[in-house]
Amino acid sequence: MLPVMTEVFGNPSSIHHYGQAARAKLDHARRQVASMLHCSDNEIVFTSGGTESDNLAILGIATGGHVVTTAIEHPAVLASADQLSVTRVPVDRSGIVDPEAIRRAIQPDTKLISVMHVNNELGTIQPVEEIGRIAQEAGVAFHSDGVQAAGKVPIDVRAIHADIYAISGHKIYAPKGTGALFIRKGLQLRAQVHGGSHENRYRAGTQNVAGAVALGAAAQWINQRAAAEWPILSSLRDRLEHGILARFADAHVNAAGSLRAPNVTNIRFDGIDSEALLIALDLRGFAVSAGSACSSGAQEPSPVLIAIGLTREQAKSSIRFSLGRSNDAAQVDALIDAVAGCVAHLRKLAPAYA
Amino acid sequence: MPESTIAVAMSGGVDSSVVAGMLRARGENVVGLTMQLWNQRRLPELVPEGGSSGRCCSLDDVYDARHVAQLLGIPYYVVNFEDRFEAQVVKPFIDEYLAGRTPVPCTLCNNFIKFDQFLDMAAGVGADRIATGHYAVISRNEDTGRWEMRRSADRGKDQTYFLFGLKQDQLARTMFPLGAMEKSAVRELARELGIPTAAKPDSQEICFVPNGDYAAFIDAYFKEQRIAPSVTQGELVTTDGQVVGEHSGVHHFTVGQRRGLGVAAGEPLYVISTEPASKRVIIGRNDALLRSTMTVNDVNWISIAAPITPTRTEIKIRNKHHAASATITPTADPSRVQVHFDEPQRAVTPGQGAVFYSGELVLGGGWIG
Repeated sequence: MLPVMTEVFGNPSSIHHYGQAARAKLDHARRQVASMLHCSDNEIVFTSGGTESDNLAILGIATGGHVVTTAIEHPAVLASADQLSVTRVPVDRSGIVDPEAIRRAIQPDTKLISVMHVNNELGTIQPVEEIGRIAQEAGVAFHSDGVQAAGKVPIDVRAIHADIYAISGHKIYAPKGTGALFIRKGLQLRAQVHGGSHENRYRAGTQNVAGAVALGAAAQWINQRAAAEWPILSSLRDRLEHGILARFADAHVNAAGSLRAPNVTNIRFDGIDSEALLIALDLRGFAVSAGSACSSGAQEPSPVLIAIGLTREQAKSSIRFSLGRSNDAAQVDALIDAVAGCVAHLRKLAPAYA
Repeated sequence: MPESTIAVAMSGGVDSSVVAGMLRARGENVVGLTMQLWNQRRLPELVPEGGSSGRCCSLDDVYDARHVAQLLGIPYYVVNFEDRFEAQVVKPFIDEYLAGRTPVPCTLCNNFIKFDQFLDMAAGVGADRIATGHYAVISRNEDTGRWEMRRSADRGKDQTYFLFGLKQDQLARTMFPLGAMEKSAVRELARELGIPTAAKPDSQEICFVPNGDYAAFIDAYFKEQRIAPSVTQGELVTTDGQVVGEHSGVHHFTVGQRRGLGVAAGEPLYVISTEPASKRVIIGRNDALLRSTMTVNDVNWISIAAPITPTRTEIKIRNKHHAASATITPTADPSRVQVHFDEPQRAVTPGQGAVFYSGELVLGGGWIG
């Protein structure tokens, strides 16, 4: 990133050699991202992040028509789809959408099916390959929000028959404010940001070259090394779950038993206020979350947890633990101890659950 | 976490910011918490053109509180108590008005939110004490073993009227570091501590009611909840039983009110009482407002144990009232006392708090029946 912010400071749209140098960096990053998604580099558009990518996909394809999506999508998808005619397909306790329910929700005016690849709160992996096939058969475009999938599960946009696929930079250790969108060659898509002819006319505005370069580098890392990290992450995740369940027989892993990405687990401690547990853990140095970070401070419980059939109280007693590259078994063990201490303390204060 | 941590209730205003800064400067372990109590996006019709100031829980207040916490280098969180606030402060506030009484939501908030749910949250995150920017003094009397409360040094800022519901176990875990300070000294200290909100105006009366127009708030809340607003309309009746007009709802009136009666008379007329059952508002002359006695319910004793014999005291019957000498007599119900004022008091208003003082000392208080 740093050279792009100093020496290679040209505008990638400029004709002069400074611009061309920046353009080379940008397109190199584009190839790296394309390689991660298994598509062509001219099918990658850089954006400001996952939210913009999702907005562009949904509003750019389905405006004037109907969208089939699910009840567990990220607000970036749901709030965009809510601008249009939309069907939210429910999910059951597994946290995994039934492809047949998606098929049944298709209407004559359906222009887009939008189903996330990996759920952000539960980590559940959606049957995107099957849904992509259903979309293809119905002649409907298929969008998948892959923000939580990148770097955590293999992604092949051809194999899942995606027409459009969104990723975010900061979920793969690139800076916040960077993202990309795979747009299948030949797909009809209306730009949502208007101006110059940048990014194949799909997204006006001078590119964030430094951000794109960082995103490319992150993609490159994933291409080469992420798969080796997954079994380590999933064994840490399992260690965390087993450790907590061993201390609290009445703790529950939400969407346990479902096919899940290796880095996330969502655990419910009945009778515990997740807001208090989150703060108590943070004060001990453990950063966890309740619901999604995007809706923190809101009084409503996580819509995802409500969608999988939890009561308001159960949803407000759930904590999401996300593991990353820098975590190790010792940290997980320390976390288990901290959770045990905090949960026991909170239960002592609310004796009904002691 | 270290053994002893203090959770500071940070509103984004000067007072609680100074509390956090003082404790931090003293070397205490401090965590800042802001209570999100009310969603200001609700009832948008109440917000005047260009927005309004002095409303709690606005994004500006959270921004200010977070900014102060960042400057002080303390951990900081927003905790959401909106559900509880609506159930235990806003709804009772409305119900009281509809029942012909004049509520004190700040006291309900202190009793059910700040010194209850907030104390619980503080304990839950590992803070054994809380500190707020209230103007009152708490101390322990080693002879009686009781926690006592006194009026603040800055008499103009004294908030003891709103704090009569605090129980001994709550007082034991609560600090009011500003109780001994003048407001001007607090602002001065804010500047010394580099607190950016040092010049921020003091907050207004009822935090969730913009511009103090509680009747408009109730009407807007009814509309949001789809409750027909017509239910409380009725007749304006004089003390001698004459119907002299109509009114738009009992909740628009409070005892002692003169404005907005819409009745012309040779001498000034006031609201004497409201009768929610008949939906009547009784109006009359000023001297009809004078009362020598009242019943006080749900009494909480602070600095003394519940007296078993008649006790001399001074009583405030609303925040701006000058405490009046009276005798309290216990009744068969230990939570209820009978009050006899030495001099009749104007506008003894059901629903308001009655707080018993002995000089600076807050003996206790309850609700005027």
